[in-house]
Formats: sequence, structure tokens, C-alpha cells
Amino acid sequence: MKSLRFILPLLVFVVLLMFLWVGLSLNPREVPSPLVGKPAPAFQLARLDDPAKTLADKDLRGQVWLLNVWASWCTSCMEEHPVLVELSKQGVVPVYGLNYKDERSAAREWLARNGDPYALSMTDADGKVGIDYGVYGVPETYVIDKAGVIRFKQIGPVTPKVLSEHILPLVRRLQAS
Amino acid sequence: MIPELGHFALIIALCIACVQAVLPLLGAQRGDATWMALARPAAQGQLVFVAVAFTCLAWSFVSNDFSVLNVASNSNSMLPLRYRFAATWGSHEGSLLLWVLMLNLWMTAVSVFSRRLPSEMVARILSVMAMISIGFLLFLLLTSNPFERLLPPAADGRDLNPLLQDPGMVIHPPMLYMGYVGFSVAFAFAIAALIGGQLDATWARWSRPWTTMAWAFLTVGIAMGSGWAYYVLGWGGWWFWDPVENASFMPWLVGTALVHSLAVSEKRGGFKSWTVLLAIVAFSLSLLGTFLVRSGVLTSVHAFATDPRRGIFILAFLALVIGAALALFAWRAPKVGLGGAFAFVSREAALLVNNVLLVVAAAAVLLGTLYPLFLDALGLGKISVGPPYFESVFVPLMAPAVFLMAIAPLARWKQDRPLDLALRLKWAFAVAVASALLLPLTLGRWTPLLALGILLAVWVAGAGFVNLIERALQQRASARVSVGTALRRLPRGYWGMLAAHFGVAVFIVGVTLVRGYEIEKDVRMNPGDTVAAGGYQFRLDGLKQVQGPNYDATRGAISVTRNERPVAMLHPEKRIFTVQQMPMTEAAIDTGLTRDLYVSLGEPLPGGAWVVRVYYKPFVSWIWGGAFLMALGGIIAVTDRRYRLARHDARMPTSAPTTIVQAVS
Repeated sequence: MKSLRFILPLLVFVVLLMFLWVGLSLNPREVPSPLVGKPAPAFQLARLDDPAKTLADKDLRGQVWLLNVWASWCTSCMEEHPVLVELSKQGVVPVYGLNYKDERSAAREWLARNGDPYALSMTDADGKVGIDYGVYGVPETYVIDKAGVIRFKQIGPVTPKVLSEHILPLVRRLQAS
Repeated sequence: MIPELGHFALIIALCIACVQAVLPLLGAQRGDATWMALARPAAQGQLVFVAVAFTCLAWSFVSNDFSVLNVASNSNSMLPLRYRFAATWGSHEGSLLLWVLMLNLWMTAVSVFSRRLPSEMVARILSVMAMISIGFLLFLLLTSNPFERLLPPAADGRDLNPLLQDPGMVIHPPMLYMGYVGFSVAFAFAIAALIGGQLDATWARWSRPWTTMAWAFLTVGIAMGSGWAYYVLGWGGWWFWDPVENASFMPWLVGTALVHSLAVSEKRGGFKSWTVLLAIVAFSLSLLGTFLVRSGVLTSVHAFATDPRRGIFILAFLALVIGAALALFAWRAPKVGLGGAFAFVSREAALLVNNVLLVVAAAAVLLGTLYPLFLDALGLGKISVGPPYFESVFVPLMAPAVFLMAIAPLARWKQDRPLDLALRLKWAFAVAVASALLLPLTLGRWTPLLALGILLAVWVAGAGFVNLIERALQQRASARVSVGTALRRLPRGYWGMLAAHFGVAVFIVGVTLVRGYEIEKDVRMNPGDTVAAGGYQFRLDGLKQVQGPNYDATRGAISVTRNERPVAMLHPEKRIFTVQQMPMTEAAIDTGLTRDLYVSLGEPLPGGAWVVRVYYKPFVSWIWGGAFLMALGGIIAVTDRRYRLARHDARMPTSAPTTIVQAVS
């Protein structure tokens, strides 16, 4: 039994290997979609630019909008940021930011530094709204229709490809209906 | 013609590696001196052919041969010569070739500086290294041929990733790989010792300089990578806990543990199976890092080209090398005897606790790096683990480690009296506490974390001084010489330890002060505007368009003054690289001993204004200064006289070492 502890490193390594093996067949940017087709969970949150004011999901009814979950500490957000900034310049669809588990000052600095693509950002400092929305990690992006139903969910950074092939065609269809 | 020559040289190198992996090892088992003697010339021959291949690839890059796919994808005729050369290892294929070249350099170094090692040992070590070489050569030839032709040739290349067009990038990867790959020597020593059954103090003494050298290279490599991120990414940060950074940091943590554990194995004959395990784990983490970076299982800002076939190959290789090593460990290590016993308060105990803390820290980094992958593999969704996790686990683990690090060199081997230790260190502790309480107040702001950082830094430095004074006085008393002579007689290994530990103190000062007192301002500036930060006035004098060899840039001119006196003239740039149309921020930094003034251009705003980032970073250069001091300590230790003497002692092969069987009885 005493020699068991010498086998332990090997066992740990075998478990690690199995995970790496499965990991190879996974696409880290693939999209599962548990909340699609369901009404977007309600929220009322303080605004990032002015904590005295709040924004609720009801304020956004009647228009198609994107909810983008972001944080200043998230490196993948850097990756998608130029895509969102470009989108906001086109003015096709408003993007609302959910600033997830972040510090207000850090978040505002981050926006000042990298450009602010958001119509508005809300602070979800303790991540409670994030839990309602089933946020796995940052960044995530939701397409929400006029009736407040989630129509699409992107986990991981929004790439130009996802934007032009999935999000924008969907947004146009939803806006037309 | 030249690329084919390179390709052919790689194939020959592979053939030599196969011979070197099999025959010397069999020779060592059968006691056949001729087969064992093959190891050295084979290692050196392999280096020649790998070097030829590398030169061919470098030549293709330098001479703009766009009929080579690799060159066409990663270079451009407008690229300046030094970056065309550095582009040789800027691609996936090229960086792997660099990996193999480094491995061969280490292998040849072992073959040259091992004259006094028993020939069985040398044969086994070089065979193990050749096996690793086979894996990487096959990987190159089967999945990542750097010499693949592009027919018809491209008119011009797609250019090197602008992020990599930086002087730091010319030297950072070779340094990092020297460290990464250098752990293969410690690994090979450990495996050879396991096979031969000679796990003893002599083995530890042989491994030590190699491990320390690899560790020093890795330290420099990581520091340079961090410095590169600091001024190329333009955010003023120096560490991002990015998977690729973590991939180099994990072997460093385990390597640090290994360097210290080897000390115990050499001096006291203890921790032997633990040391062997660390040697295996350090190199395994280097391989794992290569896998993580090259296979694309994790997303990272260092997004390199990824290909699942490559991932499967490295994974299989990983399974084979690490699996076999750990299986060998499970089989042979139980028979290794324990070293001498030691008390709860002793140098061994302090080193052991720190070893465990370092390994746990490495495990925490590994967990954080792979956690997104684990969840994904279990179907539990996708997440991104950010700096909040790493910082909240890392600081509590490292703080006690650093605290103990100051005490360990003063503690006696085997057993020490806690009261004695406390008395010897009382002044160092008093000074540390006083500075922790007062220094932040004089600097403007007191927080617990700032105080902790200063406490640890002063404590480590103070304990180092106490240690130096004690050693010098001891030497003076016992040898009846002056203090100057006494200091000169202290061995290099001791000076190296002191330098490295002071390096840690310097590093902590840098991290703490930059965290606590940096001033970051992102402001809108029109030409003529002034902004103040940290007592300095930054005035945007003007902006102009300039043209580089392969980019167009907007260059700002910012004059910095302090109390009306000019301090520096800074020229940050926003570059647009013509081929890839990628914007790059070139920060301008005025570096000083106690502060950096960091300016970079953000976004242009309507009306000719710009978002300008003005950072005042106190003591930030101490971060890298500390890292270089640590590496310098490693290099000083390697030059210690006793390693040269040790080789004399070991001239009579296999007489001194106790074998595994003896250790059991």
C-alpha cells in the first residue's frame, strides 16, 4: 500500500490526459443554447455611467437589441471589442452591456481606453443577473427580440463571421417582423 | 533547393536521433562500451544537421523566398532584415524548429561537459534526450513541415504578425525555449538515474548546475516576455495570466522547487524521490505548455495557427513521454531510501514547506488554466477564468513562501532551535515591520496589501544581510582573516543564492509599489493640451504622420516637465501595418530607476484630438530588475568551484554511489 503514493502522479496524469483528449474534439468557441426561445429574465440594474439611474428589461421592449456580457478583466473581451465598436458605428442594432463582476472604476476606464460600443452598460457587480441569464463566462452575447424573447446566444467572443452570418441576418429578420 | 536541403537535413537528424535513442541505452544495459560511446558523436552530429535545417529556414526568410509556404505566410519583402530573421521562429513551424535546435544545443552541451560522468550515465541521458528529439522531429516532419513549398510562389508574403515585430521578440523566444527545453536535461538525468538505480548525492550534484542554468534562462525568458507585453500591448500591464503566459510560468514554479529540492538531495541525501518527481513534472509542464499553445484547446490572446491533427500528435507524444516517465517513477522510486531525518524546525523542513507551496501554486495555475477545458469536456459549459482567480489564490500561497524563504538559509540543517533563529532575525524583522507600517504612509497611502508587500521585501533583504554578516564573521573567526578576505572566500553558490533572493525582494518592491501608487490617466488631448500625473506635466506638442518600412504611423510628440524643468521628450506612435491592415500601439516610455513615464496613443477623436493614455508607474522597472537579479544569481551559482571539483571526484565511475538495492537494505 505504501507504494501506492508513487503511482498517484501517474493516475493524476491519466485523468488529465482524458480531459485533454476530450478537449481536443471540442471547439472552445462553440455555441450551446439553453435559453434560446425563452423570455429574457427580468432585471433592473444601476447604470455604469450613472449609478443613480437604473435600466430595466421592460425599458427595452419594442425593439430588437443585443445584450453583451463583458468585464474589464476578461481577455477574450478585448478580442471581440473592435467588432462591437464597428457594429455600434453602423447603428443597425443597439448593444446593451452587462458589466459582469467588475469594479465600476476599472470598467469605466476600460471603456474610455478601448472605446464604448454600448448604448448603455449596467453593473452586475455580484453577478446575480448573470446567473439568471445562465452566463457561463465572459464574454457572452444575446439577441433579444421586440417581445423580450431570447433568440440567439453567442458564448465566447463575437467574431466578424458570427456577426455577419448569424447575428445580423437574425436581427434584420426580427426587426422586419 | 535550399529549403529541400533543410528538409533533408531534418530527416537525417531524425535518423541519427533514432540510433542515439536506442543503441547507447542498450549498451548501458549490456555493459557494451562501443554502443555507449556512440551517444556523444551522435548527439553532436544531430546538432549539425538540425543547425543546417535551421540555417536553411533562416536563409529562406532572409532572402524572401516566397515559394516556401511558411515564408509567404509569415514574412514580407518590406519587413526589415532583423524581423525577417526573427520571423524564422515567428510561425508555428519555425518555433518548433527552434525548440528542436535548443534541445540539440543542450544535448551537445551535455555531451561536451560530461567527461567525468560515468559512461553508462551519459549514454542513458543522451538516449532519453534523443527520444524527446525524435518526437519533435517527427512532429515537424509529419504535421508541421517548415519547408513546405507553395506553388506557384506568392508574389509577396502576408507579413509577420505586427505584434511580433519588436526587438524583444527577436530574443524572447530563444531565451524562453532555452529554459523550457533546458528542463529536459534535468528530466533526462532523473530518468537515467531511475533506470540505472543511482539516485544519490552525486546524481543530485550533477543535475544541479544544469537545472539552475535552465531555470535562469527561463526566468530571463519570462521576464522578457512580460516586458514585451508591457510596451507592445499598450495597456501598461505586465502580466495577464493568459494561458500562454501560464504555460511558461508553471514550469518556472516547479523548476524553482526543483532547484531547492536538489540542494537538499545533494547536501543531505534527502527528498530524493520527490526531487525526481519534480524533475519529471517540470519538464512535463514544459511539454504540456507546448501542447496547450500549439493545439488550440484553449483560446488565448496569443492565438497561433491551430490544427487538430497537431493536437492529437502532441497529446500522444505527451502520453508516451510523461506516462512512461511516471510509470518508471512508480516502479523504481519506492525502492529509493529516505534521506537523513530532520526536525520540524530545520532547513530541510523550511525547504520542504516552500517546495510544497510552490507546487501547490503551480497546480493552482494549472487548474485555472485548464478549468475552462474541464468544464467544457464535462459538458458543463464554457467559462473564462480571469486574473481575479489567479490573484486571489496566488498571493496567499506566495506570501508564506516568501516569508519562509528569508528564514531557510539561516536555519541549520537537520535541527535548529526556534528561539535561536528568532533572536538572530529579530533586527531584520523589526526593520521589516517598521517599514511596512511607515513606508506606505510616507508614500501617501496605507493599505494592508501594500504593507504586506513591503514587509516581505524588506524581510527577505534584511534576512539576507543578517545571513551575509553572520557568514563573514564566522569565516573571519575560524580562519583568522579580515572581513574582506572572508567575504571573498564565500563560495559562489552562496553568492548566487543571496543574489537570487535579493532579486525576489526587488521584484516584490516593484509589484507592490506599481500596484499601489501607479497613476493611469486616459484623457482626451488636443495639441497644446497638458495633463498632470505623478507630479509630471505632459504636454502634447503635436502630431504628425510618419512612414515606416512597412507601416504608416501617427506619431505624437509629448514633452514632459517637472517643476518647469524638461524631463523627457516622448514619441508614442499608432501604426497601421500596410499588409495586414492591423493597428498597433507603440508606447513611448521614459524609464527610470524609481518610475516609468508611459505614454501611448489610444483612438483618434473628431476634431483632431486623441485619446492619450498617460501612466505614471513607480518602480515598475524593479519587476524586471528583480527577475534579472534572480537569473544572475542562478548563473553565479552555476560557476561555483565545487561543480568543477565534483567532476574530479566522480572520476572513478560507480564506486561512490550507493545503488537502490543498498539503499533498501
